[in-house]
Amino acid sequence: MSTVALDGVRKQFGDVAVVRDFSLDVADGEIVALLGPSGSGKTTLLRLIAGFEQVDGGRIVLGGDDVTSRPPVARRCGMVFQHYALFPHLDVAGNVGYGLSGERLDRAAMATRIAEVLELVDLSGYERRPVTALSGGQQQRVALARALAPRPRVLLLDEPLSNLDPTLRERTRRELRELVRRIGITTILVTHEQEEAFDIADRIALLHQGRLEQVGTPEELYSMPATQFVAGFIGRSVTLPGEVIRRVGDSLEVAAAGITWRATGAAEAGQAVRLAIRPEALRADPSGTIAGAVVRRRFAGASWFLTVRLDDGAEVEVAATSASPAVGDRITLALAGPGAHAFAHDAPP
Amino acid sequence: MRRVLQLFLLLVLAWIVVEPLAIVGVESVRRDGAWTLDAVRAFAVEPNEWRAAWNSTWLAALSVITGTMIGVPLALVTRLAGFPGRRVVSALLALPAVLPPLVGVVAFLFLYGESGVFSRGIMALTGSEVAPWRFEGGGAVLLIHATTMYVYPYLLVRAALATFDTSLIEAATALGAGRVRTMRTIVLPLLRPAIGNGALLIALTSLASFSAPYVFGGGFRVLPTQLITTRLNGDVSVAMVETLVLVALALFCLGAATRLGGPGVRGAGKGLAPAPAASRKGWRRSLTAVGVAAITVWLLLPHLALLGVSFVAPGAWTRTALPTAWTGGNYVALIAEPERWRPFGTSLWMAGLAAAAAAVLALLVAVAARDPRHRLSRGLEVALGLPWAVPGTVYAIALATMFSVTQPAAGRFILIGTLWLLPLAYLVRALPIIGRAVVAAIRALDPAYDEAAAALGAGRWRTFRTITLPLLMPALAGATALGFVTGLGDFMTSVILYTYDTRPVSLEILGAIRQGELGIAAAYGVVITLLSTAAFVLAERSRGAA
Ligand SMILES: Nc1ncnc2c1ncn2[C@@H]1O[C@H](COP(=O)(O)OP(=O)(O)O)[C@@H](O)[C@H]1O
Ligand SMILES: [Mg+2]
Repeated sequence: MSTVALDGVRKQFGDVAVVRDFSLDVADGEIVALLGPSGSGKTTLLRLIAGFEQVDGGRIVLGGDDVTSRPPVARRCGMVFQHYALFPHLDVAGNVGYGLSGERLDRAAMATRIAEVLELVDLSGYERRPVTALSGGQQQRVALARALAPRPRVLLLDEPLSNLDPTLRERTRRELRELVRRIGITTILVTHEQEEAFDIADRIALLHQGRLEQVGTPEELYSMPATQFVAGFIGRSVTLPGEVIRRVGDSLEVAAAGITWRATGAAEAGQAVRLAIRPEALRADPSGTIAGAVVRRRFAGASWFLTVRLDDGAEVEVAATSASPAVGDRITLALAGPGAHAFAHDAPP
Repeated sequence: MRRVLQLFLLLVLAWIVVEPLAIVGVESVRRDGAWTLDAVRAFAVEPNEWRAAWNSTWLAALSVITGTMIGVPLALVTRLAGFPGRRVVSALLALPAVLPPLVGVVAFLFLYGESGVFSRGIMALTGSEVAPWRFEGGGAVLLIHATTMYVYPYLLVRAALATFDTSLIEAATALGAGRVRTMRTIVLPLLRPAIGNGALLIALTSLASFSAPYVFGGGFRVLPTQLITTRLNGDVSVAMVETLVLVALALFCLGAATRLGGPGVRGAGKGLAPAPAASRKGWRRSLTAVGVAAITVWLLLPHLALLGVSFVAPGAWTRTALPTAWTGGNYVALIAEPERWRPFGTSLWMAGLAAAAAAVLALLVAVAARDPRHRLSRGLEVALGLPWAVPGTVYAIALATMFSVTQPAAGRFILIGTLWLLPLAYLVRALPIIGRAVVAAIRALDPAYDEAAAALGAGRWRTFRTITLPLLMPALAGATALGFVTGLGDFMTSVILYTYDTRPVSLEILGAIRQGELGIAAAYGVVITLLSTAAFVLAERSRGAA
């Protein structure tokens, strides 16, 4: 059963369509990341789910209830805001307990529940601290505890790590992932960082200009991108013009830059396509048949990324592990494995 | 270099701001060159004195309560509720902020006074020859206070809401809090500093209020009016004691507010203004619009009366409910008749000179006191702010006392009866208005600008002239405009310090009313209000630009 079901959701601000015909089902206990470049409508979508914005079309179903026209109070979403929105005049317990007042708990039960969630986020004993005196990471955890305390149906996180400095971010990310998995709460996480989405989420919904480009596991998005945008946004790739030669089983044979590639994609023989090529589709190979010259090198820790200009002028990227050729050297390449994706021209860019 | 400037400015401020008050303190316990508590005793045994002090106290308390109860809800509604005409109403409600007190009082006279619009209307309806009421006493003064001073909490709460973090409200909603609980537990507590400062402003303004009790008090005396009477009776040292009591009350309010308000909660002041939430129910929008419009009209009715009366032809409003003839002649008279123009010219040059001098002084203080941690900076700041907390009547008397003898060693010269005392008083009154704004502005400047200029080889003077001053200009210009109009409309210091040659507009307005020239009085009032509005808009603009 899905906890969150979005069905054809639309939202405009003035003339601008910010969310267009968006449908998504999130299963019970699943963690889904809304990933997309800044301005793609992620926050708006989250606010539509929480009820801070009204949809212009479509339906929102939470735990089986159609909440499309219900106010935020009635939706029982736990929300963590990008800047946390901790109430600065209340202490930690005041913040965390704020959402519990509807449950008619007595004082002791309330304190127990507060202690419970604070324990979850590893802030036991912080009840009486003023929130303004906490570090960024602690504030983030108080925000999380506050959202979790009333046992929401779904946890909504808007860029929960973007306010932390990079060294803290990775650790907090790990803690966050473990926490939501341990509680087993259905979670929707907004982020513009691919790595964050990969690390935390079961599935990723990739947004572009308010539209759902593709939804799937990180592996699916990487190895079978549905659109050229997905191929460009997830992982590295270069794009060349090409033409489909023929269809072979599930994949295509595509001619581009004088080479015949094995690519994913849906197109007819003879059709012109854009071919996205990942570095791992090629390898440097002294006995290879594809010749070119190195024009750029980028060191990336375990390997080097080489940009190679082929003899017909097209540029491709390839990873080299061993001692690397220098800029200007001529090298030869060979096809390595999967990593080429063809997109018909009329698909949205 | 900076140290020398600081010491010099401290000396100047000690001379024109602190010494006059100190002299008042000393003179209250001296008579004929000897120390005595006679004056204190005279004050203590006189029931009238106690009554005035008590009246001042409860008037301030009730003004705070009523003004806050009008101003805060209006600010919340005009910021948070969407309804047709919201912008216009919001701007109109700020109007009393620009009204010089005496002009406001005159406006009330035209509306609620015995021969005002309402009173005459009822007389015409009932055919009665007697006015239905006397608009006089504590109740009348309180009504004026409540319906003009609400602007302080109104403006401050609106400003606080403009930077209120909307996500706090959303967070509360997401946690299940309804409108009322969000308002009670989140919005109002976070607005406490704004509400507290608004209440403090009302308390100080009410304690210092002179025009309203002077014109409408009747037998109802408050300390500032009592002060004038005592002084006219020649009881100089008793007047000094009254002065000190008034100062003590003002300082008490200041202290209480500082303690109660506490330092503003930080962290609430970032984020975007909440967008007004249009109620989904149409009738609720309309009801809000009608309700707010009704209150606005009620609050602005005196101003409308003032505007109306300024077009009444001489002698055309004696027996009838409404005037029988209208004219623009009152305005023509202000310009065409030299006797009518003269007070204008006088007020303009005095207020202009005072504002310009105060601006220069304030700028120097700002430069010298830029570093808030420095001890002398704090001294300069306190001296600069003093005339803000101390009632104007008190300063008028203090300056008159200080500059009534020649003692060059103490910096005392005879200025009383000369052209210069009134401009000096305006300067002292304008000083905190301009100074506080410029000090705040210079501290808000990124020191990196100065450092960048210095790194590029600019000396101190060049850095100041080409970087600091241009960046401060908007704040300085706006605040100077405000300082200028306080002088232009001033009544409470003028009525004590004016001479034949320095008779300002406010006294001319009162004179015109005594002569029955209501149209002329109203026209003066309208012109001053327009000038003040222009200055206020300029100040707001420059604040926005800074
Ligand atoms: N309240 C609003 N009014 C008008 N435009 C808005 C509003 N909120 C968001 N937008 C616009 O909608 C687009 C998507 O915004 P947002 O959902 O915040 O994107 P993201 O979170 O993906 O960066 C942006 O172009 C933004 O300017
Ligand atoms: Mg966003």
